[in-house]
Amino acid sequence: MNDPIISITGLNKTYQGGFQALTHVDLTIQRGEIFALLGPNGAGKTTLISVVCGLVNPTQGQVLIDGFDSVRDYRQARERIGLVPQELTNEAFETVWNTVSFSRGLFGKAPNPAHIEKVLKSLTLWDKRHNRLMTLSGGMKRRVLIAKALSHEPRILFLDEPTAGVDVELRRDMWEVVRGLRESGVTIILTTHYIEEAEEMADRIGVINRGEIVLVEEKAALMQKLGSKQLTLQLQSPLTQLPNALQHEALSLTANGHELVYTYDGRQEEEGHGIPALLATLEREGITFKDLHTRQSSLEDIFVDLVKERA
Amino acid sequence: MNLYPVRAIYMAEMARTRRTMLQSIVSPVISTSLYFVVFGAAIGSRISEIGGVSYGAFIVPGLIMLMLLTQSVSNASFGIFFPKFSGSIYEILSAPISYLEVVIGYVGAAASKSILLGLIILATSSFFVPLEIAHPFWMLTFLVLTAVTFSLLGFIIGIWADGFDKLQLVPLLVITPLTFLGGSFYSIDMLPPFWQNVTLANPVVYLVSGFRWSFYGISDVSIVASVAMISLFLVASLVTIAWIFRTGYRLKP
Repeated sequence: MNDPIISITGLNKTYQGGFQALTHVDLTIQRGEIFALLGPNGAGKTTLISVVCGLVNPTQGQVLIDGFDSVRDYRQARERIGLVPQELTNEAFETVWNTVSFSRGLFGKAPNPAHIEKVLKSLTLWDKRHNRLMTLSGGMKRRVLIAKALSHEPRILFLDEPTAGVDVELRRDMWEVVRGLRESGVTIILTTHYIEEAEEMADRIGVINRGEIVLVEEKAALMQKLGSKQLTLQLQSPLTQLPNALQHEALSLTANGHELVYTYDGRQEEEGHGIPALLATLEREGITFKDLHTRQSSLEDIFVDLVKERA
Repeated sequence: MNLYPVRAIYMAEMARTRRTMLQSIVSPVISTSLYFVVFGAAIGSRISEIGGVSYGAFIVPGLIMLMLLTQSVSNASFGIFFPKFSGSIYEILSAPISYLEVVIGYVGAAASKSILLGLIILATSSFFVPLEIAHPFWMLTFLVLTAVTFSLLGFIIGIWADGFDKLQLVPLLVITPLTFLGGSFYSIDMLPPFWQNVTLANPVVYLVSGFRWSFYGISDVSIVASVAMISLFLVASLVTIAWIFRTGYRLKP
């Protein structure tokens, strides 16, 4: 798949005080994918989104949206984008219907009540359409922000921390909405602190740290490449020490010799030193086990390792 | 130019006016009526005619101008300040609209409201004093130009202000004193020569004088000077706004 909808090249952003928020960012987002941008607080996630959406002026570099320069061709570029900001910002005294309709007009589209109705229903906001925003719960306000961003039928949707402060049930509902959008061809870029969110939804993961893109990888490949796994064998008879054939840094005895733990990753498997080789050695050495379980490191573990590594 | 965004901003601002009808329309009308009662009826009855016009009628253009200036500045400054304050300005800045369209939407709504208010006050004043409008075209021209110019000034203040105190600073400490000292309630001929010269440095004098001329054909300064002054204000405001949007001053980091 090589059909970029966003191409960011050599993007730098230095704020007036001298703080460099982005350092030579190169990033390509493919049409129709869900891209998760991960990074610790202050890493530059929101600045990156803000530059792409026109909220922050870039110091250097270029952003192309569907082939249109975000500065020179701002009209064509921005009409393709919907943005759901991190903060719950809205006009407290407006009704849901009015504020979503306002957004559509603001983005240069003719009124289309049928589309607004569809968006509100898809976000279960239809019953609240006459309510003032100030009367809504935090989760509902977040949905209104999504509805505003979708009001003008964007091809690209930026979700900056979309489920922050949202309860678990609502979060899962939102994931469904986002999946539905992707199925309708919308490209989605989300930043999140909830790694499980990226793990659950993203096709590709980008990690940003201190203003630099540290890594961009297919989620599955990333998990396979960097995710370490652990195989724990519960031995029939405890061992006091490992026999010579099993003296390996990836193997250790725990639980007073009752458990043998093998830590490995995708690379070892590729090199043929994986589980089959271990099991064959155990058989040769006459070591038997009564149970086993495996554990794979989560995206969160990978992310923490990456950020720590480069700190 | 895309008219949908302009319409969206304009209608949203006008809807805000409707929501705050009491504060937006009723309150200025009541306070203007009180001016008529105090200055027109109670005190004005003891003051002789000025340039052949009764004192009550003489102050009508000045009162309308006072409301026009303060309301234009307040409406426009609040209109753009509130999205900045609430954070919803992100939507304006990320929308595919030109700065000109943003300004037309916000300033157009603020000016419309001020013009409406000016006409309501004019109608109200006809209940208190006999009115005549010698030059209706110029009366409307001054009304519209002043409303637009001071709404542009309000828009600049709304972008500059980083708190509610600053939002009130210019209307209370600059606009209102200049209007009071700008010949709203008197002709500058009534002042000693020294203060007459000082008053000529007050730009509002030219606006009030020109507006009064459109009613009664009498003025403190020449009509050409009045038109030049309002045009100067208009151009200065437009240049400032163009600079704000070009640099992203207080809008885009």
